[in-house]
Amino acid sequence: MRWEWLPKYLPNLMYGLGITLQILVISVIVGFLLAIPIGLAQVNGSRFSKTVAGGFCSYIRGTPLLTQIWLLYYGIGSLFPLIPDMRENYMWLIRLDAYWYVLLAFTLSFAGYEAEIMRGAFLSVSKGELEAARAFGMNHRKVLRRVWLPSAVLKVLPTLAGDIISQLKSTPLIFTVPVMDVMSVTSKIRQDTYLTYEPLLFLAAIYLILTFFITRLFAYFESYIPVRR
Amino acid sequence: MLPFGSVFRSAFFNMYAVAFTWELLSLGPKGYGDELLWGALRTLQISVFGYAFGFALGLLGAVGKLSGGPLLRGFLNFYTTVFRAVPELILILLLFYAGTDSFNGLLVTLGYEPINVNGLVAAVLVLGFVQGAYSTEVLRAAIQAVPTGQVEAAKAFGMSRMGAFRRIIMPAMMPNAVPGLANLWLNITKDSALISVVGFTELALATRQAAGVSKQYLLLYLIMQALYLTISITSIKLFGRLERNLRRGQPDLA
Repeated sequence: MRWEWLPKYLPNLMYGLGITLQILVISVIVGFLLAIPIGLAQVNGSRFSKTVAGGFCSYIRGTPLLTQIWLLYYGIGSLFPLIPDMRENYMWLIRLDAYWYVLLAFTLSFAGYEAEIMRGAFLSVSKGELEAARAFGMNHRKVLRRVWLPSAVLKVLPTLAGDIISQLKSTPLIFTVPVMDVMSVTSKIRQDTYLTYEPLLFLAAIYLILTFFITRLFAYFESYIPVRR
Repeated sequence: MLPFGSVFRSAFFNMYAVAFTWELLSLGPKGYGDELLWGALRTLQISVFGYAFGFALGLLGAVGKLSGGPLLRGFLNFYTTVFRAVPELILILLLFYAGTDSFNGLLVTLGYEPINVNGLVAAVLVLGFVQGAYSTEVLRAAIQAVPTGQVEAAKAFGMSRMGAFRRIIMPAMMPNAVPGLANLWLNITKDSALISVVGFTELALATRQAAGVSKQYLLLYLIMQALYLTISITSIKLFGRLERNLRRGQPDLA
């Protein structure tokens, strides 16, 4: 075991960790916000929106995230050069940066997984609660905002920590496209130093600590949420 | 006046595009259809073998966790905790290099020539070790959900521990385990795509190579995802049928 490379590369690792966490946090927040309407559409929508939302969830859950990232970055990304004058356009810079593709892929993935859970949560809110709200004279929109959505989200919260950890565990996939996340930095270190295991072990330790941290954070949050079992 | 020219031209290009797609996906040396199907077969192959290996590890792990000594339990807790907390991709890289390296090291110390470890075997073992940690937890929970009375009744009938496990616990726990095991199977078919990172040509890498040569990234990646989706949806249907079959004779819970 040799660790003398560590001080030299630590700033790069921290930079990569920043990118990884950035993608994790943004994709979780935006993905969850997207999951609410997608989950609702599966429960309460027209036949068309049920089919679209259900199809989206099946697609996200039925194909590997790795291939979704590749489809977006290499597949959709390969279409942009076909647009005339694209190279002169300022959009070219955005199109070049794999960061946006990865962010989109991770956000849609989290939205797909979470929407399926939101669907179950919406369905599991007891009929009596909704009927009571209707009996108080609330219209559909108010029932949703005041009763249905809050109880559904409360039901999802205990599983959210596990889903975020799953999402965290998918973040090393970023390194298959040109984004300098913590995994890409690690594989660059491996190429530079010819070390096979040490950088990977260090990365595994980083992920272990992050997992532990997220678990504790959510345990702390959950102790503040009143749950009647 | 209608733009007839452009209508005809686009119709012509559409026909051309269909013919082109057909040729690109055809079997044989001109198209990539056979490469993709072969890749899908390899994906299924490493998934099935990795799953079976993981299931065997999980069964041993679950029994060890429930009836082993403190040392064995501590070791198994370490295994399931670490393997479920570290990302699969990192584990696959670590196990792939560490596994092949230490195997060759063993061969050299025993006085043999180091060999090139078969990619298929390495992929199966790596996926199986990762899967085993999850299987252990699923099977442990399923065994614990078997009513104690049934196990005690088996003991009262004079069954040995192995006999009770084979005749009573296994059939009683399987329906409890099937939903979790189905999830694990869907996970391994998707995690098998990660094996492409260490250079084993399964569906994802086969498509990536085909797309790199033909430059038809979008089309080929869509076809690849359709193949993965087919595997997933078929599996979900089959596992649903299996669960109904295993639950026959049990009272309806839902």
